[in-house]
Amino acid sequence: MVDPVIASRVQFALTTIVHIIFPVMSMGLAPFLVYFTWKEVRGGEAVYEQLRRFWTKIFAVSFVVGTVTGIVLEFEFGTNFAAFSTFAGELFGGPLATEGMMAFMLEATFLGIFVFGRERVSDRLYFVSSLAVAAGTWLSAVWILIANSWMQLPRGYELVERGGQTVVHLTDPLAAYLNPRFMFMYVHMQNAAVESVALFMAGVAAYHIFKHYVWGYSVQEVDFWEKTLKIAIVALLITAPLQVLHGDMYARHVHETQPQKFAAMEAVWETDSYVPEYLIAFPTSLDDITNPRAKELFGLGIPGGASWLASGGDPQATIRGLNSFDTEAPPVAIVFWSFRAMVGLGFWFILLAFWGGYRWWRGELLEDDLLHKALMGSSLLGILAAELGWVVTEVGRQPWVVQGVLKTADGVSPGLTGTEATITLAGFVMAYASLLALYSYVVARIIRAGPPSTEELRTFVTEADEPTAGAPGDD
Amino acid sequence: MTDYGAFAAGPLFGLPLPELWFALVFAILGTFLFLDGFDFGAGALFATREDDEERETILAAIGPFWDGNEVWLVVFGGALFAAFPAVYANLFSRNYLLLFGVLAALILRGLAPEMYEQRHDTAWQRWWGRSFVTGSVLAPFLLGVFTANWLTGSGALLTPAGVAVGLALVALTVVSGAAFLRVKTTGSLREDVRQTGERALVAYLGLVVVALGLVALSTPRLAAAVTTPPVLVLVATSVGLGAGYMAALRTGRDLLALVASGLLTYGLVAVVALLLYPLVDPGSGLSISEAIIAPLALNIMSVASALLLPLVVTYFVVLYSAFSGPVQPTESY
Repeated sequence: MVDPVIASRVQFALTTIVHIIFPVMSMGLAPFLVYFTWKEVRGGEAVYEQLRRFWTKIFAVSFVVGTVTGIVLEFEFGTNFAAFSTFAGELFGGPLATEGMMAFMLEATFLGIFVFGRERVSDRLYFVSSLAVAAGTWLSAVWILIANSWMQLPRGYELVERGGQTVVHLTDPLAAYLNPRFMFMYVHMQNAAVESVALFMAGVAAYHIFKHYVWGYSVQEVDFWEKTLKIAIVALLITAPLQVLHGDMYARHVHETQPQKFAAMEAVWETDSYVPEYLIAFPTSLDDITNPRAKELFGLGIPGGASWLASGGDPQATIRGLNSFDTEAPPVAIVFWSFRAMVGLGFWFILLAFWGGYRWWRGELLEDDLLHKALMGSSLLGILAAELGWVVTEVGRQPWVVQGVLKTADGVSPGLTGTEATITLAGFVMAYASLLALYSYVVARIIRAGPPSTEELRTFVTEADEPTAGAPGDD
Repeated sequence: MTDYGAFAAGPLFGLPLPELWFALVFAILGTFLFLDGFDFGAGALFATREDDEERETILAAIGPFWDGNEVWLVVFGGALFAAFPAVYANLFSRNYLLLFGVLAALILRGLAPEMYEQRHDTAWQRWWGRSFVTGSVLAPFLLGVFTANWLTGSGALLTPAGVAVGLALVALTVVSGAAFLRVKTTGSLREDVRQTGERALVAYLGLVVVALGLVALSTPRLAAAVTTPPVLVLVATSVGLGAGYMAALRTGRDLLALVASGLLTYGLVAVVALLLYPLVDPGSGLSISEAIIAPLALNIMSVASALLLPLVVTYFVVLYSAFSGPVQPTESY
């Protein structure tokens, strides 16, 4: 049987890594849906109704899978991390409860109207529903990130004895909840969600355009896909450069507030100044595999680069090494490589955005096969980059669950047995693998089926006007 | 540091906030068990229908609502976590495998309606139909077992009292599910569910009495508590509500029957709360005053909830009034 501490950590990591895909999809899609709905109810071109209907299907599937995987996460605090929940509950439970009441309720109820209510409610209420759904998804992230940012940068509390246990006592809610880390996390996360969805849209659109123009397949609604691609490129042109800009500010903030995490991101073991920014680095001996910057390394670095990043412009700045901390270092190789991959992808997305923008400006958007291939290949890379970012954030703060206050190993439920934890871990690996496969399958089906044709939209309008015409809908 | 003064010193306006939160947690649990209960019940009734069109109608009836209904479970978890973190931790870790069973059931149930609509071949729909029914029955059953374990302080997977409460809860979801489908459908479906609803009601009342007996037998602390006047009054009221439910169904006042089933659900949860009081978690011996968070955090949560709960109620009113009346067969995206 697996040790309950390890099993709980693996289980939580697994459930979070899978869960985050769906909020990224729904948070990213939400602003697009608001825009499409606005154009639709204002009597815009039919393509906006196609866009709204098509992407709503993907939103609805993402929301459902996000809900079922999200409830699991909430419960896991109680089931697997009971010691953490007792310890930090006074401060941590509030944001979680508020997320449920303020955000999730808004999103779930108005999604009912948004998905099923086009024929039932007025244009105005329908548009309000799209806004409410979007506000719900974005507010969810507010409360979850308030809770998470407190774990990264605990403030506004003191430790007290209660019932024989040391627990967190909230003393200053403003300091605790309006945490400086929150804004960095929030902007970076929301922008990442929109960027990821824009990449996904661009990839899906490029696939249909490529199929039509290069392979010569007859693709219905080619205009729809061209419109989709253009909207995605606009979104990418805005979000991709921003992501790198505030990512840089965020990294500096991490250096100031979580030096151990920053040292792991750069794999700096000994405190040093003029630290290079390694683009790649490998140990030459397998014994050092967890330390990408072990002595005998093969590496390619920019002199003073890491110091320059950490300090915001000074290549001579000192970076504190992992060996100077009392606690064990986080898994350095994972943090180091996830960070590099995420930043690398970030720059690739900027390149894609400008490439697409340039071709569009030259009127060659539909003719650049290489661009279409690049977009297709990158359609899931935004989500991958968001995942990698979370790996840096969460693995990088280990061994702490609450930075500097409570170790992750001490947060696990005391009574949990290895058998229980192993059973559920095995169950989750199977269940979450099936969930992902199912989600991918359904989304792929929706994409292959494409949007409802403009003729179908007209049928839809007639049906709504004359409820007696019993022609079956498209699904 | 900001000085929070009286706000941090004691409960706001001298209100009995710990007791109010105890009541609120159970009110939220009751709301979840009623709202998601009728779509669990609709899920169980799905199994009794052979006709494809009727099955689609059942899915269409709960389609716009079930997601919002299920959020009450998240809010229940959140409220318990926020107000009584030690209870959340103890109760949930003690019932570890049971709660993962609940989650598995909710996953099966939650995916099913969305997936059912994705493909229109028999094998696919049969599979998701089964998943829908299994999840819809298993979720309330396991939640019932969980509730019994909460009450008795047991950490066992299955106890006689747990099975009885679980079955009672399944029966209750069928009671409210039948009333809900009467409101939302027409034709033979609407005619046929009446009898199932009535049978489920008789089964529910019988099971509640059995469950109370088993709970009393299993836990000395509760033996006297189940015969105190408030509990007896609630049981008697439940029988009265049951008679009202039947009368309402027979005279076609389906909405009234749905309300009666809702009151029955709140009544059941009220019995559980009464039997627990003044403890919140007998399993760890924590009472309300021991488990409640400190005044500052409690006051903040109370103000936030006082502002948010009316809004939440408004969302539900908007949602349910947008989809009032029987479902149209063509309703979809």
